[in-house]
Amino acid sequence: MSTLTKKKSHEPLVHLVKRGSLPSWAAWLIRLAAIAVGFTFCGLVAYLLIAEGPKKPDSLGEFFGKFFTSFYDGSFKLNAAAARRYNRIWEFLRDMAILQCISLAVTPAFRMRFWNIGAEGQTLIGTLAAIAAAFYLGGKVPEGLLLVIMLLAALLAAGVWAVIPSLFKAQWNTNETLFTLMMNYVAIYVVDFFLKIWVPTDSSLDALPHGKLPVIGNNYLFIVLVVAAVTLVTFVYLKFTKHGYEISVVGESVRTAQYSGINVKKVIIRTMLVSGLICGVAGFLFAGKDNTITTTSIGGLGFTAIIVSWMGYFNPLMMLFSSALVTVLQRGRVTQTFGVKGAYEDVFVGVVLFFVIACEFFIQYKVVLRKRHHADGKEAAK
Amino acid sequence: MDNKIALSMRNVTKRFGKVVANRNVNLDVYQGEILAVLGENGCGKTTLMNMIAGIYFPDEGQIYKDGQEVVIRSPKDAFALKIGMIHQHFKLVDLFTASENIVLGVDEDGRYNLKNVNSQVSQIAEKYGFHIDPKKKVYDMSVSEKQTVEIIKVLYRGADLLILDEPTAVLTPQEIERLFNVLRRMKEDGKSIIIITHKLHEVLSISDRVAILRKGEHIATVNTCDATESSLTEMMVGKKVSLDIARSQPVNPQARLLVKGLNCKNAEGVQILKDVSFTANSGEILGIAGIAGSGQKELLEAIAGLQLLDSGEITFVNPKKDKPVTFFHKSLRRVKELDAQGSFHDPEGKPISFKGMKNSQIRKLVAADKVLFREDEVMSLRGRTPLEIRSLGVRLSFVPEDRLGMGLVGSMGITDNMMLRSYRKGPAGFLSRKKPKELAEEIIRELEVATPGINTPVRRLSGGNVQKVLVGREIAFAPKVLMAAYPVRGLDINSSYTIYNLLNKQKENGVAVIFVGEDLDVLLALCDRIMVINSGRVTGFVDARTTTKEEVGLLMTQTDRPAQEENE
Repeated sequence: MSTLTKKKSHEPLVHLVKRGSLPSWAAWLIRLAAIAVGFTFCGLVAYLLIAEGPKKPDSLGEFFGKFFTSFYDGSFKLNAAAARRYNRIWEFLRDMAILQCISLAVTPAFRMRFWNIGAEGQTLIGTLAAIAAAFYLGGKVPEGLLLVIMLLAALLAAGVWAVIPSLFKAQWNTNETLFTLMMNYVAIYVVDFFLKIWVPTDSSLDALPHGKLPVIGNNYLFIVLVVAAVTLVTFVYLKFTKHGYEISVVGESVRTAQYSGINVKKVIIRTMLVSGLICGVAGFLFAGKDNTITTTSIGGLGFTAIIVSWMGYFNPLMMLFSSALVTVLQRGRVTQTFGVKGAYEDVFVGVVLFFVIACEFFIQYKVVLRKRHHADGKEAAK
Repeated sequence: MDNKIALSMRNVTKRFGKVVANRNVNLDVYQGEILAVLGENGCGKTTLMNMIAGIYFPDEGQIYKDGQEVVIRSPKDAFALKIGMIHQHFKLVDLFTASENIVLGVDEDGRYNLKNVNSQVSQIAEKYGFHIDPKKKVYDMSVSEKQTVEIIKVLYRGADLLILDEPTAVLTPQEIERLFNVLRRMKEDGKSIIIITHKLHEVLSISDRVAILRKGEHIATVNTCDATESSLTEMMVGKKVSLDIARSQPVNPQARLLVKGLNCKNAEGVQILKDVSFTANSGEILGIAGIAGSGQKELLEAIAGLQLLDSGEITFVNPKKDKPVTFFHKSLRRVKELDAQGSFHDPEGKPISFKGMKNSQIRKLVAADKVLFREDEVMSLRGRTPLEIRSLGVRLSFVPEDRLGMGLVGSMGITDNMMLRSYRKGPAGFLSRKKPKELAEEIIRELEVATPGINTPVRRLSGGNVQKVLVGREIAFAPKVLMAAYPVRGLDINSSYTIYNLLNKQKENGVAVIFVGEDLDVLLALCDRIMVINSGRVTGFVDARTTTKEEVGLLMTQTDRPAQEENE
């Protein structure tokens, strides 16, 4: 055999290798680690931000102690007066329930690969319809009936709002992402329009005396129960009904759906209607909880819901965990504890979610560093 | 030829997750030889070649080019080492001419001198016997011409080691012969050529040596002159395989599906089927031969109700049989149509007519299972959706070319994939997974589907097992007409023969089988009749038992001959 000389250049420093199937406990471990890394990263940034400020902690250890406690405090703190402690956990559950509800709304559409990012507007328009019902009919009909009318109005309005983009998608294959996004802004201006009619001189609408959600034990349990029911129904709908099956098939491949005789247009429109109806429920809850409306009533939860749904793998039960996590992040009290700007909390949520989503890459791939040089290359080649 | 080694691989290993694509492969390529790399699908041939071409990087092992250990990190490195690969899927810019594609990506200072390039391209073409027009745009080219551009592209860059990944898969017999002549000339010129293929007779006719891979390992390299088809197969599969397809004579063939004057356009508005007419008979396998993309896909989809037609008729003929009317009581219009033909009678055979009855009365009678009808002779399928075709009682099964993109749902398990056809049955609203699960278990058992579990996403199964699931489901539907598009593409030899046997069994059961294939040897061995299409036009019908590959190849490429009427 001819002589073989040694190579000149090096092999690449890192290369990526696709993993086989990772056991699910390992995948979850990676996800947990990602959350931890995300927290730590944000903590470090916060530490640097406040390093020169008045609330400067003595050491990094002390800082992280306070940092993590602030999240615990925000959602679960128990050492305040008895009544307050109770409320804090209930408030956490309520916030989580409302986020979960909107996340459930986007999930059927997402499972169909219909990127509905208009939950914000759909919920807002539902809230508007419910508030309108309370505004015009409050006091004229019994409270129980008023609540029913508010719910129906919210369902109708949000349903219509969601179906409009789906009609265009089904008929002309318009881009649903842009369409649903733009519908959010339309919804905001519709709310603005009605506020100008209802309170021409004032800047905001005072809380209406009618149309309050029923009190079961406390102000929060009703919302939690409603959302628990919606979660269960959505889970069954997606997993055990023919509609749910059709949604999955259309989401995977439109061609397969056509091949098996599924009417794709019908499924798209129907599924967006379902999405809209769940947004309607959320809108009703907002209306009954706040008894007023502003253009920012939903507070961006319609967008946060997208992430919750993704992180829960579009599974209504798994989404309970992701909505809990996101709620903990949002209720954290980093701002109060360290005196950083309020916007920091939004950044924080974003960064942690980034880590959680990015870790999926490491579940799929393994990073291999360059091994030692092949000193034995010549021998191996013989 | 002298014995200088152009390229050698030593202990090369590549893993994808737990799957070992190549394990400790040692391979030598001499200068001025044609080495065939042979192996079943999934044995790691392409992965191995991709490591030489710089697309993958080996996990372990070394590669030597002309005696020097080299590290190939990218296709660019490979080019610098004079290694060029012609991929199975061409990588050309449609809007550019041949020459423009050839110089694309070549580092040259300033502007490209296209005139210069044109003449160089012509020189290379002349030297090796290619036919090429350097100024022709790629979108005007046939598959064979595009391949020529790819080959000249690597020659232009000075490659002395060429790797061709399944170059013959898309060519007609005549084009293959022309390609082989070119390859022989390159060999005489001192170039080394590695050719990947799984067609044994091609290996025997073109190569000097054959390297056989099995499950990622290099089994042996033999001199072609010492090899036979059966010895190669045995090494590839690891055991003796019978390469005969048991073909029976059609029993009592009767027209089952009549297609007349079909014209249709694809999504871009290009006429894709031109006046296609044929008849598929029961108890017979009708092969459809043609270069890929000649309208085979559109033809089958048109029959299945997935393609809009401009004109033409598709008629399904059912054997006469008494049946309850229940399965189409949804379509009153259809019931009335049949009533006008006097098709209905009661279980004793007395004729029934619905004339003058109210719709609700008709519905009641039909729903009571008391009305039978003599299934009418012909049903038009034209303009009907797949669901309508099914509710007419037409048992038409379709194994589409795109298994995971059309026939199955990749992310679902076998049970849920069984439901694609049947999920509408059962209690209103909710899915019933009991029967689909039984069917799934039966298919796993009967067809020996290798799967970790009944709910493992079918995407994770190997190509052969995916196809077994799909064909199994379509056959379980007890079809009268079974259409299969490229059903063995990407399957190993054993799985391929399983599929051939399944199709043959269906034929013996009296099913009209339509088989779209690409391997002419298989078409000739499996089918009873072969219809050849070219650019959407039928160019001829041949008897598969008497025709030759050359005859079919000619029909595949000629365009001027008008469509032949079938003689029945």
